[in-house]
Amino acid sequence: MKCRKCGGTAVLELRRHNAAFCAPDFIEFFRRQVGEAVRRHRMFTREESVLVAVSGGKDSLGLWDVLLQEGYATTGLYLDLGIFDYSKESRAKCEAFAAQRGAPLLVVSVEQDLGAAIPEVQGATRRPTCSACGLSKRYLMNKAALEQGFPVVATGHNLDDEAATLFGSILHWQTEPLARQSPALPSTHPKLVRRVKPLYRLSERETAAYAFLRRIDYIVDECPFAKGATSLMHKEILNQLEDVSPGAKHNFLFGFLEKGRPAFERLADVTLNECARCGQVTTGTLCGFCKLSDQIKRAR
Amino acid sequence: MKVILRNPRREVEVGGRRRVRELLKELEILPETVLVIRGDEMITADTVVGDEDVIELRPVISGGRA
Ligand code: SF4
Ligand SMILES: [Zn+2]
Ligand SMILES: [Zn+2]
Repeated sequence: MKCRKCGGTAVLELRRHNAAFCAPDFIEFFRRQVGEAVRRHRMFTREESVLVAVSGGKDSLGLWDVLLQEGYATTGLYLDLGIFDYSKESRAKCEAFAAQRGAPLLVVSVEQDLGAAIPEVQGATRRPTCSACGLSKRYLMNKAALEQGFPVVATGHNLDDEAATLFGSILHWQTEPLARQSPALPSTHPKLVRRVKPLYRLSERETAAYAFLRRIDYIVDECPFAKGATSLMHKEILNQLEDVSPGAKHNFLFGFLEKGRPAFERLADVTLNECARCGQVTTGTLCGFCKLSDQIKRAR
Repeated sequence: MKVILRNPRREVEVGGRRRVRELLKELEILPETVLVIRGDEMITADTVVGDEDVIELRPVISGGRA
């Protein structure tokens, strides 16, 4: 297969774009897609400091790499979830990445704020572990950004992540998540920082290829709690569709963002309050994170 | 040829020359879910691979993230 740009030997075929690229031209394509995402959704400017949430995986480290290459002012944020060897290894990958590039990295321990590491929430709450973990991550990202004065947090969610989340929300017609799912969530409250997903135009295979070609040392092993996660099942189903109909995932997500989401947004009517305990934003009186940490205290 | 699979890590032996596309089909792996790596290079689905090759099929799907 030949590279669409230069005619050299291709290393990756992108069926949904009807194209194949050599390594340098694929990297160029990848950067352009990130640039397009940032511009189109006004994610951040060159004057703003961006907090990049990194997990040690291909997506978030790839994202940080692109933003550093493009000259954005970035700081990494690693949330230590306390998940055995997985957390130790992923933290080491993030620290090595940051040290190699001379980029600043903040490390926040979930256990310190929550009162327990992620594996210990299992007995304390009926929430599935990944749901408690996701809640904690969003909370701590926002908190770290607020405390350190970052106007925006960027995460490594890719096209497959977003399509799978959308699929899951639609299966249950969860109108609130559907109203909120977006590549860029503006700050709707002084205590809520902007959240952006600059990789939403790139498939998981493309982010893996970028990380490989850029020789980024990322963690390939999975978090032990990921096994059997429904999001993985949804990804599998979407990839089967993609196989017979290239572009299916892209059309599913982009069609929703363009035509579906505005309708759900009009339906959504949430009032934001400040949590009576910690002061972070919530729709109730106590925020989800404070409730979770209460449950953990009671279980002790 | 030797084919290296991950999560869990394992190796399988496959005999004969064929295109990557056919190899993936035989192993029942969707092309969208892996990078195909030979040596330290990625190769496309139309590349012919043979007995002397070591091919890594690196999964690209990660999950669980909320
Ligand atoms: S797989 Fe679940 S528990 Fe593990 S890091 Fe992701 S969300 Fe957290
Ligand atoms: Zn080229
Ligand atoms: Zn709270």
